[in-house]
Amino acid sequence: MATAEKAPPTLAVAGLNAWYGESHILHGVDFEVRPGEVVTLLGRNGAGKTTTLKAIMGIVGKRTGSVAFAGRETIGLSSDRVARLGVAICPEERAIFASLSVRENLMLPPRVAAGGLALERIFTLFPNLAERLASGGGKLSGGEQQMLAIARILRTGARFLMLDEPTEGLAPVIVRQIGATIAELKREGFTILLVEQNFNFARTVSDRYYVMEHGHIAIGFANADLDANDMEQLHVRLGV
Amino acid sequence: MSVPSTVAPVAAPSRETRQFAVAFVVLLAAVAAAPFVAYPFFVMEALCFALFACAFNLLIGYVGLLSFGHAMFLGSASYVCAHAAKVWGLDPALAILAGVACSTVLGVVVGALSIRSQGIYFAMITVAFAQMVYFLCVEAPFTHGEDGIQGVPQGRAFGLLDLSQPALLYVFVAAIFLFGFLTVYRAVNSPFGEILKAIRENEPRAISLGYRVQRYKLAAFALSAALAGLAGATKAIVVQNASLTDVAFPMSGEVVLMTLLGGMGTLYGPVVGAIVVVSMQNYLAQYGQWVTVIQGAVFVACVLAFRRGIVGEIANALKWTSL
Amino acid sequence: MFLGHAITIQQLFGQLLIGLINGSFYALLSLGLAVIFGMLNIVNFAHGALYMMGAFCAYFLLHEFGLNYWWALIVAPLMVGAFGALLERTLLARLRGLDPLYGLLLTFGLALVVQGLFQNFFGASGLPYAIPPQLSGARNLGFMFLPNYRAWVIGFSASICFATWFAIEKTRLGAYLRAATENPTIARAFGLNVPRMITLTYGFGVALAALAGVLAAPINQVRPGMGADIIAVVFAVVVIGGMGSILGSIITGFALGVVEGLTKVFYPEASNTVVFVIMAVVLLIRPAGLFGKVA
Repeated sequence: MATAEKAPPTLAVAGLNAWYGESHILHGVDFEVRPGEVVTLLGRNGAGKTTTLKAIMGIVGKRTGSVAFAGRETIGLSSDRVARLGVAICPEERAIFASLSVRENLMLPPRVAAGGLALERIFTLFPNLAERLASGGGKLSGGEQQMLAIARILRTGARFLMLDEPTEGLAPVIVRQIGATIAELKREGFTILLVEQNFNFARTVSDRYYVMEHGHIAIGFANADLDANDMEQLHVRLGV
Repeated sequence: MSVPSTVAPVAAPSRETRQFAVAFVVLLAAVAAAPFVAYPFFVMEALCFALFACAFNLLIGYVGLLSFGHAMFLGSASYVCAHAAKVWGLDPALAILAGVACSTVLGVVVGALSIRSQGIYFAMITVAFAQMVYFLCVEAPFTHGEDGIQGVPQGRAFGLLDLSQPALLYVFVAAIFLFGFLTVYRAVNSPFGEILKAIRENEPRAISLGYRVQRYKLAAFALSAALAGLAGATKAIVVQNASLTDVAFPMSGEVVLMTLLGGMGTLYGPVVGAIVVVSMQNYLAQYGQWVTVIQGAVFVACVLAFRRGIVGEIANALKWTSL
Repeated sequence: MFLGHAITIQQLFGQLLIGLINGSFYALLSLGLAVIFGMLNIVNFAHGALYMMGAFCAYFLLHEFGLNYWWALIVAPLMVGAFGALLERTLLARLRGLDPLYGLLLTFGLALVVQGLFQNFFGASGLPYAIPPQLSGARNLGFMFLPNYRAWVIGFSASICFATWFAIEKTRLGAYLRAATENPTIARAFGLNVPRMITLTYGFGVALAALAGVLAAPINQVRPGMGADIIAVVFAVVVIGGMGSILGSIITGFALGVVEGLTKVFYPEASNTVVFVIMAVVLLIRPAGLFGKVA
């Protein structure tokens, strides 16, 4: 009887340690993200969530351990090579290039695989961007910048997206728009690793969660498992 | 971030003071013995360049500003001193003072315009100003252009010391060098020096603490210019001439090399570096333009693999902090 | 014809022309410096020496390989640019992450080595390089004679400058360059090979310097010291224009060349220093430079 090969997890992190200069930030992070999932990293400020995303991308100082993307070890790769494997990041600070126009920002990340979203599709998801194409990147509002930051990685064909606090500081109507976009992307088969402080937002899109504390994963749980006890724990750990 | 603090008086000398005392005694012994080991004239020239390098190092090592035009201070003071001694007949001590006054004023003017710019920019501005001073020296009548000012009289310093006697001249020059060296030491190890250090490490923080950062930088620049002028003026008396070489760009490059090779940011580094470079030039003079190539190669090698410099490496090996 | 106290229209336009020629070289060289500074954050002290290498390269291409001026215009920048890329890869790349002053010191050392070597082998006097026959002669415009070669230098330099500006500001490749300059970490995280871009950018800036050298060869003699003579003024031009502005370097370069030329007509003693005086004035009122974005 033939057994179907189980596809490797999109992302498997094991024993990940990372440093910014002399500071040891991540102390052995272990978790995984399976294909098609939306997984959220929760935790207080300073827990190491952003550093984790950066370490996966390869843009921290020093890292040790194992980061396997689709079964392939990436811990020794430079960030451009990680990107070309199909990993894309939407950083916390959004990092819109002020010396580029909106259109140039959108078209900048090169295609790393087939299957990226077409421009018309992107403009359907983010209609505001279509109107602002000629503006300088630095002239956008916070919400527009966030949408541009997400839009530009959708063109590339990367199927694993890491979004760092996409709703931070944004008005509720835009937060809902982003939530809808993430849900839409999930339907299309993207795998997403989300970092969020806003648990209520994360609930609307995530399949599973991990809570980080002091540079490692404290607990992990799935959406379906949540009961009154878990909620109590969450409130304590997240300090909400 | 470190905030400059007042140091409580210590009963016994600290380790740093002891280290410095040892090193200084070595320096004194070397200065005393040198004219018996090497050609005195050569040693005197070396001491002038050593002072020049110490002055340059004050800026790069302790304020973090790379001046690539320091020859303008050495050369202008050299010319003014030579002119004052020869044409105005001033006592050599006064002539030297005149030279120092000139370089200090130049330092204040150039510094005021350049200080607001950081690092790289600052370096380029000093190159440009130095070139301007060079052209002014080429065209000013009193410098006699290509010929320079020759036959500068050595006279009697303070009306007493007959500087045409080599022994007395040597004592005079050595005293000036030690004075300059100790001035740098004092400037660096003082509240003034602590503030400079704070500015170098975190300028915005220093500003937010209320320090008038630009004034401190300008003061350091003026002091550096003054000491470089002291070196230039003294050299004019020693070699008895002032020429365009003293104010030309290669001279600015050489002092950078001396300091880099000897050890930027160390007190003794510039002295060691100056001696090495001056000796090297003397030894290699027969090879003409190869000196330039070798100097360039030493530059490249130091930047890539030897950034601490000779004294820096020694200090690192001995774990001494006050070299 | 206007005859002021010994200044004729001929003289005026003659000096203006020379001013535009010098301005062309200032523009090309400061453009190269600005492009390199933008990407690598170092001041390329070797720029003058590489300009000189361009001129020598043209000389050798002609005398050793029989390749004329038109070939030299393409081959010399490519060769010297490749040499520059090699320098960046092997030497400058080791300094990434260190204080940018070390880059300045390293390129200064390289300039000494290059200049010293050339001075050793060729002496201080100049080698002649003939104006290409297609560009010899002059036109009589009535108020002045316009030598064809000089008109070519000005026009060609302006075109190259414009083309560079256009490529950087308006094309996709330029967008990559601007992004990598602004935020190299994120640019790399999108898949751009930033280290390779840095190497190629340095090579390109060097190629611009070498191109200026080829253009200069028939006008000035081909001398080892030609780079050292010009570098201080080019630095002043860059400071006046302001680092970080491509257009600023170009405009300032041409403008200052013209100012220098005019000074030579009306006040010759100051012509050597007028650019530096202007720099001092600009530093007083606008330390970031006329077009500068960063102080």
